[in-house]
Parts: sequence; C-alpha cells; structure tokens
Amino acid sequence: MRQKVLEISHATMQFGGLVAVNDLTMYIDTQEIVALIGPNGAGKTTAFNMVTGVYRPTSGFIFLNKRDITGMRPDQITRLGIARTFQNIRLFRALSVMDNVLIARHLRLKSSWPGAMLRLPFYRHEERLMREHAEELLKYMGLWEVRGEKAASLPYGMQRKLEMARALATEPVLLLLDEPAAGMNPAESDELTALIGDIRKTFKLTILLIEHHMDLVMDISDRIYVLDYGNLIAQGSPAEIQSNDVVIQAYLGVQEDDA
Amino acid sequence: MKQKKIVSLGLSILLLALLAAGLLAVEGSGNNYMLRIVRLCAINIVLALSMNLINGFTGLFSLGQAGFMAIGAYTTALLTIPVAKKQMIFMIAPLIPPLDTLTLPFGVTLLIGGLIAAALAFLVGLPCLRLRGDYLAIATLGFSEIIRVLITNAQSLTNGAQGLKSIPGNATLWWCYGVAAVLLLLMGLLVSSSYGRALKAVREDEIAAEAMGISLFKHKMLAFMLSAFIAGVGGGLLAAYNGTIGPDMFRVTQTYNVLMIVVMGGMGSITGSVLAAFLVTVGQEWLRVLDGPMDLGFFQTSGIAGLRMVVFSGLLLVVILFFRNGLMGTREFSWSAILGRLKRPVGPGGRVTKP
Repeated sequence: MRQKVLEISHATMQFGGLVAVNDLTMYIDTQEIVALIGPNGAGKTTAFNMVTGVYRPTSGFIFLNKRDITGMRPDQITRLGIARTFQNIRLFRALSVMDNVLIARHLRLKSSWPGAMLRLPFYRHEERLMREHAEELLKYMGLWEVRGEKAASLPYGMQRKLEMARALATEPVLLLLDEPAAGMNPAESDELTALIGDIRKTFKLTILLIEHHMDLVMDISDRIYVLDYGNLIAQGSPAEIQSNDVVIQAYLGVQEDDA
Repeated sequence: MKQKKIVSLGLSILLLALLAAGLLAVEGSGNNYMLRIVRLCAINIVLALSMNLINGFTGLFSLGQAGFMAIGAYTTALLTIPVAKKQMIFMIAPLIPPLDTLTLPFGVTLLIGGLIAAALAFLVGLPCLRLRGDYLAIATLGFSEIIRVLITNAQSLTNGAQGLKSIPGNATLWWCYGVAAVLLLLMGLLVSSSYGRALKAVREDEIAAEAMGISLFKHKMLAFMLSAFIAGVGGGLLAAYNGTIGPDMFRVTQTYNVLMIVVMGGMGSITGSVLAAFLVTVGQEWLRVLDGPMDLGFFQTSGIAGLRMVVFSGLLLVVILFFRNGLMGTREFSWSAILGRLKRPVGPGGRVTKP
C-alpha cells in the first residue's frame, strides 16, 4: 500500500480578481515522480508557491504526510521536508559553492548561536558532520572540484545542479523542481533526466516537477497533471496525456473551421 | 599548506605585538592629544562592528545606531557618576531612586548598557523587522530620534538637555582596546559559524534563505539585537571617553559617521571596518590642519572653519566612486593573499602578470 506524501485538496489561489489556481486537487505517492505541466501562466508556479508556503491558499488545504501544512511559513515547511529549486535560479551568489550547501544544512543545526560562536565541542562536532554531508553531496553532483568558487561564477548548468544540491542538503522527503531543464540543450536535458531518476533512487525521494521540455516530462514522469488557466484539465500517465484531446487543444489551440 | 598557516599565524602575532608596542609607546609618551585619538579609534572600531553586523553581514539597512549608543552611554554615565556629583548635576529635578545612590564598576555598566540596548532592539524589531530596505531604514531612524527626544525630556532620569557631566574617565587605552579586541574576536567567530552563514544567506537572497529553512525573523532579530548590544557597549565607552554627554551627541549625524566607516571599510568585512575606523578617525584629525590659517604662497587664509569636512567629503566620494564596495569589499584581510601578491611571478617587460 503506497502512502500519499503530498495531498492538495481543493486549493484555490486568488489575487484580487484573478484566480491563478482554481480548486486544485492532486496527490503524489511515495517515491513517485509527478510532473505539473501547462501553457505559460497556467498557474504551475503558483501551485508550487502554495505548497512551499510562499503563498497561503485563499481556500483549500495542503497536507504533507497527512499533516496539514496550509499557511505555514516557507522555512517551517522546508523543515518538515519539502525542498525546492527556483525557475529563475536563486543561489547565494556572492558565497562559495560549499557555503551554499552548508547554509542549507543550517536548519538541522541544534547548537545555539552562543555555542556556535564559542565553538563548543558539540558545535564543532555538528560542523564536521555538516561538512561531511556537504562533501558527499557535492561529489555526487560533480561540484566538488568547484567548491571554493563563488556560486555566481559557475556556468549555467552547474548553477542548476548547485540549486538541486542545495535543496537535497535540507534532507527533504519531497523535492519540487521548477523548470530544472530551462535553458538547457537536448544533451544537457538528457543528462538531467538521468540525474533526476538517479536522485529518486539514491535519496528515496518523491519528486514533483514543473517542466516545458516534453521529452523529459514524458521520459521521467509516473503521472502528469495538466493545468490551463488555473484549472486542472487532465491527469494520467504520460501515454494518456499525450493522446488527450483537451490537452492538445490547450497547448496548440482549437482548430477553427475554415470560413 | 601547514607551513603557510604557521607563517600567517606568525605574521599575525607579529602585527599584534607591533600594535601593542605602539599602544604602549603612545601611553608612555604622555601625549594626551595622541592618546585621545588612538582611544577614539578603538571606540569607532566597536561602533563600526555593530553597524557592520546588521548592515553589512545581514543586509538590513538599519539607521538606529545613535539611539542604541545613547542607551549605552546614559546607562554607563548614570551608573558610574559618583553619588555626590549626581546631586550637583541634577539641579532642576532630582535623579530618581535607586539610581541616585547607585554606582557600579565600569565593566558591569558597559554590559548592562549593552543588554538594555539589546532588549530595546527586541521591542523595536518586533514590528520593524517585517519591513524591508528603505522602510526599515526610515523606521529605525525614527526610533533613534524618539530615543533622543525622550532623553531630552526625561528630566529626572537623564537631566534633559543639560546632559550629564563628571563621568569618570574609565575608558582608558586598555579598556578601549580590550573591549574592541574581545568584540572583534567574538564577532569573527560568529560570522564564520553556521549562524554567520545563515545571516549572509539572508543578505544574499531572502526568498532563497527562507526556502532553505532559515527563519528570516529569528535570524534578523538575532543580528539586530547583537548589533544593538555592541552599539550600547560602544556608547558606554564613548560616554566614559568624553566625560560629558547630552542628547545632541546622538543625533542622526552620529549614525552617519559610523555608517561612513562601515561603507569605507566594506560592508561585510570585519578587517575592513577596523582599517577604516583608523583611517577615518585619524584622517579627520589630521585634516584639521586645513581649518587653521594657511599660507600657500599665492593664497593665504586666516582659517576656514569646516574646510576639512569639505576635503574629507571629497575623499569619501573618491572612495565610493573608485572602490564601490569599500576598501575590502566583503573580503577579509589575509596574509596568504598578500604573500601571494608579493610572490606573483614577474612577466616579460617586468610587468606583474595577472593571476
């Protein structure tokens, strides 16, 4: 029996008169990879922002492992196990690659600030564990060699990887990837597909991703949800979605009869 | 690698020894003018540290420094002025008990001043730290002015506009540099710890920091309160250094003076703040020559008061124009960087090759 990691129940997000997401209900099972797709402005990132606590849904509920997380702050939600990457990369640009990952370990730190400042034995122990964990992650992501570089100086592809490394460092149960393949060429996108699959296996993670690269989405996803103008218009396996008329219409437009 | 570390450590010890020897020489020289300037350098280091923590490391534009300094200064003053003197100072309205009969050791009063400033920072931070950028600056600026107005009007606590005098001159060379050294060390340890990294993360990108599980409010509050604590201690030192204090000392100009040091040294660089504190303090005194009568041969003046500030502003402009990030940026002073520069191979034509 699989367990639902994430459950969104009748969530609606309204900005003034604009309904960005309307009555969205969806779920993700343990270690599933689910994709959220739809044309630009369909409300995908808004849905992400509701799950991660950036927005509080106007109505409806969000559950993480059956626990109600609706309206919690982003840092509280991350602590409970949801990590994310950003569509437009948001690294700590002036800090080193290593520091970027270490910062993501800060939430698991038990030492108080005086303990950290005075370098008490327990803090030094924790700091050592943090660094070991970060080293493992950076090696896994192929970023170990550049650990001393400033994040801003990395090439684009590596910045995307660093964002994922940083998200993984928070020890999530659910990883949200917002357009991880944006701006990548087909070869890089293939490599990313393999990486995401491997991350799921290695870290036993559940993954929700927003993506426009359909090759990647169809390759990797167990199930797909399709949003259009804030409404859920279809859901199902990649094969079902590919042959769904409503989805094709949303993406390509309705063909008008010749006059 | 290990050898490098030993060399760096050796050089640092040498530098500190030179500094200590310099301080001893200044103290022994009996030159009171120089002694005052050298002490003021240390006080300015403390004040710059305080402002750098919140503005440089945490990236919050706070302008409440003068207010927190005032709290520290008045605390130290009220708790160290001898009881007999207090009765003479408070002529219009007597000082409220138990302060009228209470005196404490200098070090304790510095600590209490810092703690009161930090407690106040907590109250101010509750509403203000939800604001961002310019709004926070305006709110903290307003707070600082409120403190000043309160001090001006709380006659039986602060002696109002008459201010306080006869503050014992406890801020000796060793007190000033001792306090500065301890705070420098603690601050260096804090910003290089996991908490320091979290503060820098807040500075770099609040949204990303929050998504990494860092509680913005908690960490901003931590930086704000620690900054206020250090400002309170610095204010206490300043009170003992000056001997007299009044509400006018803690106008916004005071905040800007400290801000100038921090910007000049580099927002987010501790060693930059130290360097700039010396440069600005000594520079302002050294430029005093310009205020006096001058005879340049073709041009004679009988002294233009304030000319030094004109020149000083010009120099500051040059720093901002050509070293946008201050002298050090967010970097810290390190021997290996300097040694690396010295050892850099000389390219063809005797030109130093870029790394």
